[in-house]
Amino acid sequence: MHINIEKVSHQYETKQGMLPVLKDLSLSIKRKGFTAIVGPSGCGKSTITRLVSGLIKPTQGSIFISNKKITSPLSTVGMAFQNPVLLEWRNVIKNIILPLEIVSKNMTYNQKRSNALDLLKLVGLEEFENNLPSELSGGMKQRVSLCRSLVHSPEVLILDEPFAALDAFTKEDLWDVMHKLKKERDFTCILITHDLREAVYLADQVIVLSGRPASLQYDVKTNFNEEKKLSDLYSSEVSQLLATLRNQIEIAQNKND
Amino acid sequence: MIRINNFIIPLFSLIIFCLLWELLVWYNNWPNYKMASPSDLWPAFWKFKHLFLIYGWETFWRTVVGLILSVLVGLSLGILMGFSKTIRIGLYPILVGFNAIPKATVVPVIALIFVGMHNMNTIIIVILISFFPICVSISIGLSTLEREYEDILLSLGANKFEIFYKIALPKTLPEFFGALKVSTTLAFIGTNLMEIIEPHGKGLGHLFDSGKISADYPLMFAVLITLAVMGIFLYYIVVYLENIFAGWAIRK
Ligand SMILES: Nc1ncnc2c1ncn2[C@@H]1O[C@H](COP(=O)(O)OP(=O)(O)OP(=O)(O)O)[C@@H](O)[C@H]1O
Ligand SMILES: [Mg+2]
Repeated sequence: MHINIEKVSHQYETKQGMLPVLKDLSLSIKRKGFTAIVGPSGCGKSTITRLVSGLIKPTQGSIFISNKKITSPLSTVGMAFQNPVLLEWRNVIKNIILPLEIVSKNMTYNQKRSNALDLLKLVGLEEFENNLPSELSGGMKQRVSLCRSLVHSPEVLILDEPFAALDAFTKEDLWDVMHKLKKERDFTCILITHDLREAVYLADQVIVLSGRPASLQYDVKTNFNEEKKLSDLYSSEVSQLLATLRNQIEIAQNKND
Repeated sequence: MIRINNFIIPLFSLIIFCLLWELLVWYNNWPNYKMASPSDLWPAFWKFKHLFLIYGWETFWRTVVGLILSVLVGLSLGILMGFSKTIRIGLYPILVGFNAIPKATVVPVIALIFVGMHNMNTIIIVILISFFPICVSISIGLSTLEREYEDILLSLGANKFEIFYKIALPKTLPEFFGALKVSTTLAFIGTNLMEIIEPHGKGLGHLFDSGKISADYPLMFAVLITLAVMGIFLYYIVVYLENIFAGWAIRK
């Protein structure tokens, strides 16, 4: 599923009047691609995720998934956020099957459970099937949240800073979990992040947005290796790339001032 | 072990409480018209045991029915106010104003509107006095649901109803039970207000009133203790239900 954002402008109604957040934003993400979006805080990144998932409609312009214009939420989309938003009263497995209760109402419980278990194994949490979220660490919760976003086999996965609240080591673990998930379940992915290393390591395309109102400022491919390894992040090629991106972010921030 | 402790510890504290009470009365040498002691209570109970059973049951069932109805009223209003900002803004002043009126002044009004319908009058007062905490807790719980919780279901095309019963309602259950505990104790105040203030009453409130008229102070104390015991009993029923339906929110 390729995603096309075409000349999208968006503004919010606030007490102080209309707040333009996106301005003439155009970008395209290829089928099965993995695109990271970075940009200054408050520039409109989360707004993009809500637009692509059909939760809100753009003030101007349109968004297409596989050439079909999005007008309302699609069940072929999965979402995960910085806050894992697990349901505290459901155990891990029942949290994961939640999307199936909405989109696959006539699937039996055993089928749902086995779908969820496959994912739990992939993220290495199969022993925690029956635990409550309150019994999990932050990193484990985020793994469960990722499983939930994928359980209905969405064709588009939207991640809004899912690793932002985790410590450096847990983060790197989860990056590898992400690599694994992407390999096993080939989906098109949009990742919002503040972490340039994360963007470069996970995505094959990184987009830098300008300050609010955001439009496309910089777009770069990051296929520096067929199979990316953490150690690649310290190569000179990647250091160069990170320096360029950091520079672009600075430009974007200055525009904001 | 934990289950036994949950029973033994409160029992122990009750016994100590009674002993201290007895000691206080004995030490000050108070006559029982000033302050009855626990040892005066049992004879009072025994003398009027039939009345305690009959009146106790009357008070109890009316309180429970009133409480169940106030849950229904509180839930419905809370749900409406939780989901619609317009309804919330519109209803709050009325509800707050209503809640601020001393219920003792409402009793004669209700008694006049529904003359002679004693059960109904009592239940109405119970509802008026105890729906408010439930209504407020549910409406706040629903209106402060974080956006991401809605988004995970909305982005799959779920409707409002699915979001309500899969996420919003279970998520507010702990607040609901907190409010229900408050309402449970308020409900007894409601029943007894009606029973004591309205003449020709029924229930424990009436028994209290006749204790007052015949200057039987141990009887009055015995009524108060019975009410306390019933209150504790209902409270623990609520705790039991809370454990079943919202046990996940209780720290072990
Ligand atoms: N529902 C809304 N109503 C009004 N204004 C909003 C709404 N949602 C977001 N905004 C405003 O739009 C701007 C962009 O918000 P958005 O959440 O998309 O930013 P972001 O890039 O995700 O920020 P961050 O990096 O901090 O997560 C912000 O200034 C925010 O205050
Ligand atoms: Mg954001």
